[in-house]
Amino acid sequence: MKRLDHAEAASRFIASTAHEAFHDQRLWDLRQKRDREAHHIPEWEALRELASAIKEHTLSNLAGYLEAFERNATANGVKVHWARDAAEHNQIVHDILSERSAKTLVKSKSMLTEECDMRPFLEARGIEVIETDLGERIQQLDDEPPSHIVVPAVHKLRGDVSEVFARTLGTEPGNEDVHYLAESQRRTTRPYFLAAEAGMTGANFAVAETGAFVVCTNEGNADLSANLPKLHIASIGIEKLIPRTEHLGVFIRLLSRSALGSPITQYTSHFRSPREGAEMHIVLVDHGRSARLGMADFWPALKCIRCGACMNTCPVYRRSGGLSYGATYSGPIGVIIDPTFDIRKYSNLPFASTLNGSCTSVCPVKINIHEQIYKWRRVMSEKRQLPLVKKATMKAAGQVFGSPRLYRAAISATGMAIEGLPRFAIYNWFNKWGRQREVPDAPEATFRAWYLKNRGGR
Amino acid sequence: MKVGLFIPCYVDAFFPEVGIATLEILERCGLDVAYPLDQTCCGQPMGNSGCQEDAAPAEALFVKNFKEFDYIVGPSGSCVHHIRAHFDAIPQTEEVTKLRAATYELVEFLHDVVKLKAFPWAEFPHKVGLHNSCSTLRALRTASASEIDEPPFSKPMNLLRQVRGIEFVTPARPDECCGFGGTFSVFEEPVSAKMGYDKVNDHARAGAEYIVSADMSCLMHQKGCAERLGVGVKFIHIAQILNGARA
Repeated sequence: MKRLDHAEAASRFIASTAHEAFHDQRLWDLRQKRDREAHHIPEWEALRELASAIKEHTLSNLAGYLEAFERNATANGVKVHWARDAAEHNQIVHDILSERSAKTLVKSKSMLTEECDMRPFLEARGIEVIETDLGERIQQLDDEPPSHIVVPAVHKLRGDVSEVFARTLGTEPGNEDVHYLAESQRRTTRPYFLAAEAGMTGANFAVAETGAFVVCTNEGNADLSANLPKLHIASIGIEKLIPRTEHLGVFIRLLSRSALGSPITQYTSHFRSPREGAEMHIVLVDHGRSARLGMADFWPALKCIRCGACMNTCPVYRRSGGLSYGATYSGPIGVIIDPTFDIRKYSNLPFASTLNGSCTSVCPVKINIHEQIYKWRRVMSEKRQLPLVKKATMKAAGQVFGSPRLYRAAISATGMAIEGLPRFAIYNWFNKWGRQREVPDAPEATFRAWYLKNRGGR
Repeated sequence: MKVGLFIPCYVDAFFPEVGIATLEILERCGLDVAYPLDQTCCGQPMGNSGCQEDAAPAEALFVKNFKEFDYIVGPSGSCVHHIRAHFDAIPQTEEVTKLRAATYELVEFLHDVVKLKAFPWAEFPHKVGLHNSCSTLRALRTASASEIDEPPFSKPMNLLRQVRGIEFVTPARPDECCGFGGTFSVFEEPVSAKMGYDKVNDHARAGAEYIVSADMSCLMHQKGCAERLGVGVKFIHIAQILNGARA
């Protein structure tokens, strides 16, 4: 797989100045709302500690909790399936649907089904899949993946949405009124809720002791998807487990405050057993999670509750847009998860970070995101995934900085500290530095020369 | 107390005045300061790029240069953070771990070790915007970060408030990274430059005449951005103000 060029994709996003400016400000607003909510709660930092500890405990005992969950969900009348990977997940879902001759599936937002590329799989087999989350629906109609895990169409301006809806839903061209647009989507989606033979949700949390799962949304679309059709399928990543119902008291307080700066989502729906005359299926999906759990440096990424706070605070993400990461997960959490899916393709992503650390500070489950980004850079070097120019530049720099003689020769020659590097590296460096920035002037003398002259006797 | 003066490579090559100010202010404190003449770099560019093994010669040289000192002090939060957190390309002997812990960024050294309370020689009659680098803010923790629920504190502000005539202005996003990020500035040039533009514009809108920071690398990047944009903000290292620079 070709190496993804994040910088190039980001430069295209930045070139569209109105989009970049809106995107940056919109997500910065979410960050500020998050700060206000968090700072209202005196025990906020303690809650983060607790959430992190609960997740760490659960992940350390995951097999037992998964079995308990399966046992309890089965006792509740739910059919539990296990999927090792995306292919198994998609096949299981398709089998459930086709055995019941279901032709239409309404679904709420699920990053897991994006990960599994489920929609094209089902559509190729004659099943119509309707995303019912507004942002996700916009992205589906525009044939784009979500650019943000919580606000999937945040990179679009209202004019873009108007254009997509005019083209796909037949709304009035040029009408950019948000109420009109939202209402149009609602009206075109409603008939699907009533007609669909099957509904699908993800889950934010799965409770081992009860076999129940919880879905947090703001639009109510998950409840319609789950409750109108006679068949409800929930796709759940195995890292979503928490031991007990009481632990929801920690996570629910953190989730929406971190995500959107609201105290709680509009809907926090608990699903436990099928309605009378209806069926409920749960597909527990691994898709690389067990392997990640075995990675000494990277397993804490599995604590993630998909709030998106790290994306909202990330100054790089805000300027580059989620699609520039070319992956299901973008922003800081994407940078540390995506390489586990394809190390070659995503080998540039750990460098799409200034290592400023703000992501780690806002993470409600205290994932050491920026430290993992740093470690991924080492892994990319060790696994020979760095571009040759970068590798050669660093090797040469290491030699220059390891030798006082080479270093002094380098800076005395031109006043430039990196003159000792190969010519191509210097040109590459200065071309890029100077494209939108001035290069600093070289002073008359280095600090060392000044020191020798003025403190030479020491 | 023997203090080793650590002048990072880019300060040595491009900003000798920052090295001079750092040396002079430490001398004003009556400390026994020396600058090891064979120093080069802490190894951060290689480490930051994932090429940790290429940092080994620079790290070994750093230890050779500075092992004799009680404290090692440098005017760069980012380099000091690298030494504290990532200086592990060479075997971690007792000598190495001791040296890593004894390495201080100038502001935290003046604030926490020397406990310097007054700068009678310092006067800076200008409107100043403070830029805390991410290394000082979130790694060395010399100031509180807005996203963390904690009582506000700021060691650089505690020092700067003692300077006569200085006036502070606050940008809309005081904690936002400026986009330098070491090698990020080149490998991710489009995003880096955009962040730099946003940063200098934010300070200019707040009315800053000067942007001051404990990290000259952030300022080098911001200065390059401001000059290209034609934004008339000036840049100065905190050591220069604390040492009595008037402009």
